[in-house]
Amino acid sequence: MQMTRRTTLAAMAFALMCSTAFAADDTIKIGVNEPLTGAFAASGTYVTNGAKIAADEINAKGGVLGKKIELVIEDNKSNPTEAAAVAEKLITSDKVPVMMGAWGSSLTLATMPKLEEYSVPMLVETSSSGKITTQGNPYVFRIAPPSAVEAEAFGPIAAKLGIKKVDFLVINNDWGRGAAADFSKLLKSKGVEVGLMETMDQSSQDMSAQLAKLKASDADTIMITAAVDQLTLLFKQMAALGLKKRIITTGGSQNPDQIVAQAGATANGTMHLVTFAPWWPEKSPNPQAAEYFINEWKKRGYDFAGTTESFRGYDGIRTIAAAIQAGGATDPASIVKGFWKVDLKGLNGPIKFEKAGPAGKESGQSKPEVYLIEISEGKISPVKL
Amino acid sequence: MDQFLQHIVNASVLGGTYALLGIGLTLIFGIMNVVNFTHGAIYTFGAYAMYLAAVALGLNFFVALPVAVVAGLIMGAIIEFALLRPLRRSDIDTTMLVMIGTGIILQSGTLWIFGGVAKAVPTPFPTEPLVIGPVSLSYVRLFVFFAALALIVLTYFTINGTKLGRAMRATFQDHDTAALMGVNVSLIYTATFAIGSALAAAAGALLGPVYVVFPQMGDLAAVKAFAIVILGGLGSISGATIGGFILAFAEEIGAGYISSGYRDAMGFLIIIAVLLVKPTGLFARAERIG
Repeated sequence: MQMTRRTTLAAMAFALMCSTAFAADDTIKIGVNEPLTGAFAASGTYVTNGAKIAADEINAKGGVLGKKIELVIEDNKSNPTEAAAVAEKLITSDKVPVMMGAWGSSLTLATMPKLEEYSVPMLVETSSSGKITTQGNPYVFRIAPPSAVEAEAFGPIAAKLGIKKVDFLVINNDWGRGAAADFSKLLKSKGVEVGLMETMDQSSQDMSAQLAKLKASDADTIMITAAVDQLTLLFKQMAALGLKKRIITTGGSQNPDQIVAQAGATANGTMHLVTFAPWWPEKSPNPQAAEYFINEWKKRGYDFAGTTESFRGYDGIRTIAAAIQAGGATDPASIVKGFWKVDLKGLNGPIKFEKAGPAGKESGQSKPEVYLIEISEGKISPVKL
Repeated sequence: MDQFLQHIVNASVLGGTYALLGIGLTLIFGIMNVVNFTHGAIYTFGAYAMYLAAVALGLNFFVALPVAVVAGLIMGAIIEFALLRPLRRSDIDTTMLVMIGTGIILQSGTLWIFGGVAKAVPTPFPTEPLVIGPVSLSYVRLFVFFAALALIVLTYFTINGTKLGRAMRATFQDHDTAALMGVNVSLIYTATFAIGSALAAAAGALLGPVYVVFPQMGDLAAVKAFAIVILGGLGSISGATIGGFILAFAEEIGAGYISSGYRDAMGFLIIIAVLLVKPTGLFARAERIG
């Protein structure tokens, strides 16, 4: 009896050793935590497809540290609670040493305590709330511009457009509220009057009540922060209400081509702050990579409209690969060190992390370019000032 | 004042489709005593049927609409025949669990087939709105409003003015006696579930082109439908109609004058208030349906 028990125990220990050994040797797993269903399904799917292009490109060139990378993709259902659960699952069950996620600011903020709990770094590819990099979470590395940076880039444009008074219509979460706070702060400093602050739920389909209120206001411009699906609804509903004001959207999740396709003529005259301009890859800070990425995207039969978002997934995975390379090992701690050494040419500017947040527990923040584009007669063009 | 008029118009248009959703649900509960958790999924099903008919098959908008409604009718009949009929004698918990499961299967199936990205259904209506004084309204919403009203009137007439309706009302009052009087109760159950589902599918098919079509669109719609039914009193068609309009007005006025961020919460505040004062709903369960 004693003997059997011991043998069983030994066998179990051996099996355990084998499984961990295999997991460590096989590939380098990268967790991808994105909204593939729910309110942000379109955006999350684009980002994930961009990530797959990067992974295939890296593996075709021999991988990282001599190993292939493997994406472990999970759906956070556009729900912060699910996003945290996905992070926990990726870390504890799939044993990923690094993740990318989680698209929305509220989704990312919900996963951040898990990063600290397990000491695993996450590359934040899309979220723009200022809170993400100011909380003192040293496992966060962000390549998307925080809304304050976006607002700063918009400052000189606001003056040239002759904006006098602005109303806000934003999604009622960390992303929308953060953007409204940062943009109104900047616009006020430029002498622009700030009026109404209207919000909408992320799953709201009918915004006519808010729009009726905005129509009655005396502001000349409405700044909107929302994702593409809600934007197409907004433009249609604005047309239905006969609301004709200057519209500027922020956040870089607008996918202007999808807006043109789904909102049609109602999108004419709207302006959008985007962080990647796939219509003119030759003007990208890294034209060669931009062209490669756009061609590959088209070759796979994905919708061109997705490129303004999917490039984030592409750059995100490339940044993670660079961090693993620079860190020299595949454990979370080495990857964190590696992130600080990353110096990569992204599709929208150099990716290099600067320290942000409370001293000693800084998060990493890279500062990309921001562009303002306009839709007119169903065509997309840079805004001429 | 101008803004107020616009809010009233918006709420009226929204109320029509809310009423449609509520009536379908209340009908099924009133006659069959089944809490239909597939209602939201059927709403989504109607919207995708509309999308398939109008975009994939390229049918005319006004042809695609009845096609989607009939698809909902058939879907409802299938669910009743295949799932509810064998469970007729089981307790309410079993039926409820089966209905919840069916709802999940329908939603996941939609996601699996169509993916999570929203689809747009084109309409033949002009994008320029109809402007009357200070109020603007899109033609598509106007059409949706009148189509919803027509369906409500049609349902009311079916229940109150046809032989089928009389049999349905008899079954509602006492299904044993109705059966003894020669009413085919099983057939009435199938017809009720099919009609209730057709109304949900109609709401989806009408609102799909106004908004966008996506797999989870039924979640919020179902919650609202339940709210309307509770508000109007279980089993009452006129209660559900008025409940639909009350919910729409509460949301619109709440969002316009109190806080837009809590638009979807406004309706529920009203429901809590109603349940505190009149727990059976504003229009207590009627002795007869209709």
